[in-house]
Amino acid sequence: MLTKVFEDIFTSGNIKYLFIGLGYTILAAVVTVFVALVLGTILALARNYEKRVLGRIAAVYVEIFRNTPLLLWIFVCVFMLPKRIFGDAYIRGVIALTLYTSSVLAEIVRGGLNSIAAGQFEAARSQGFNFVQTIVYIALPQCFRRIIPSLMSQIVTTVKDTSFLAQVAIGEFFYRSKIILGQLPKHTSVTTAHVFTLYLFVALIYFAINFTLSTLVRRYQSKQHHV
Amino acid sequence: MTGNGPFAWWRWQRLFSDFSLILGGFGRTLLVAALALLLALVLGTILGLFSASHSKILHAITRIYVEIFQNTPLVIQIFFYYNALPYAGVVLSSFMIGILGVGVYHGAYVAEVIRAGIGSIPGGQMEAARSQGFTNFQAMVYIILPQTIKIILPPLTNLAVNLIKNTSILAIIAGGDLMYHANSWASNGTLSYGPAYVVAGVLYFILCFPLAVWARRYENKLKNREFVTAETVELISEVIEC
Repeated sequence: MLTKVFEDIFTSGNIKYLFIGLGYTILAAVVTVFVALVLGTILALARNYEKRVLGRIAAVYVEIFRNTPLLLWIFVCVFMLPKRIFGDAYIRGVIALTLYTSSVLAEIVRGGLNSIAAGQFEAARSQGFNFVQTIVYIALPQCFRRIIPSLMSQIVTTVKDTSFLAQVAIGEFFYRSKIILGQLPKHTSVTTAHVFTLYLFVALIYFAINFTLSTLVRRYQSKQHHV
Repeated sequence: MTGNGPFAWWRWQRLFSDFSLILGGFGRTLLVAALALLLALVLGTILGLFSASHSKILHAITRIYVEIFQNTPLVIQIFFYYNALPYAGVVLSSFMIGILGVGVYHGAYVAEVIRAGIGSIPGGQMEAARSQGFTNFQAMVYIILPQTIKIILPPLTNLAVNLIKNTSILAIIAGGDLMYHANSWASNGTLSYGPAYVVAGVLYFILCFPLAVWARRYENKLKNREFVTAETVELISEVIEC
């Protein structure tokens, strides 16, 4: 019976359809994390080293996005951003993910910057570095090295977060699996085995990606502790 | 403010005349968050203690639980309970799914926080307690855990903030929470998304922001105190987003 279930679900057409969705999922996560890292670094620098206008704007931004749900921002971006300027739902969905994730990364980067000893800044100054040079050549490289584990954990979270996009009919991995499930009755009665097989398959793919990343984080952390 | 913009005044008026709907959703969000948090704390504490025990089987149970629930999306877990379980004869209300789904998911994170907290207490504490005739279990309950609770309060509070935000997932299974009512109110009829999302955002913010501020203040206070080093506090309170 299980072979019948597999034949129904994993037709070559379905597999291709699903894995294109997985491609969209991974692309969304990668773009989100990279753009959010840039934005988050700018926000963190502003909040830490410019306490008047920019710093306050950065603080307000971070607090607003950190204390409201991601799903809200996905709804806001997908339903309210004008299509003409921001493009199709996928792009608007990734914009929502990026805005939200930037606030998290801003806090992670700020934590990294705060953990750098004050002596580093004094030493750089005494060697004739100006402020920008100190940030670029001394502070940020040390900061990024320190926050690698947190960054990788955030990638895991972002990969999981992309599944929210299924909710606004964006054709990523999870959404496509639901479509396949919906189309099955045309060929066969949807049995318990069909539903469970498909859900377990989808969960397994997410698990494989995220577990690999989490394991790398742990390896890296235990290596750091031994040094 | 007049005319037909997304934030036009008449849209706000409409929203405020239906405000009891939004408040009902807010109440549902509060209730689900409180019960899910309770479940997460109970599960997380049990699993955290498992991983501090000497039993290999208990270790394995905790590891498997944490890895499965942390490495798959909450959205999939919720849909599994909602769409797949009924095929196996288990039909849960969306209210129950909210509490169980969100509670079980965050329980994995609570377990990790508690494990890290117990690990941060110097080994000498356990040895001293044992030498005074405490059993392992007594030492854990009377000596180790009370010290642990202080250090893990900031990360646990941040987890609670995440949990509150994640209850918005109920909106996707018609769970009657704040996000659901804001969204369905806006998409039925006048498409007044602007006011609905602003109000929902403000209400979530009112719940989450005070908790986040408290966690940060308490964390800073801990860093300047007594038996734990600032590094330990930082390590345990790493920014967790789930």
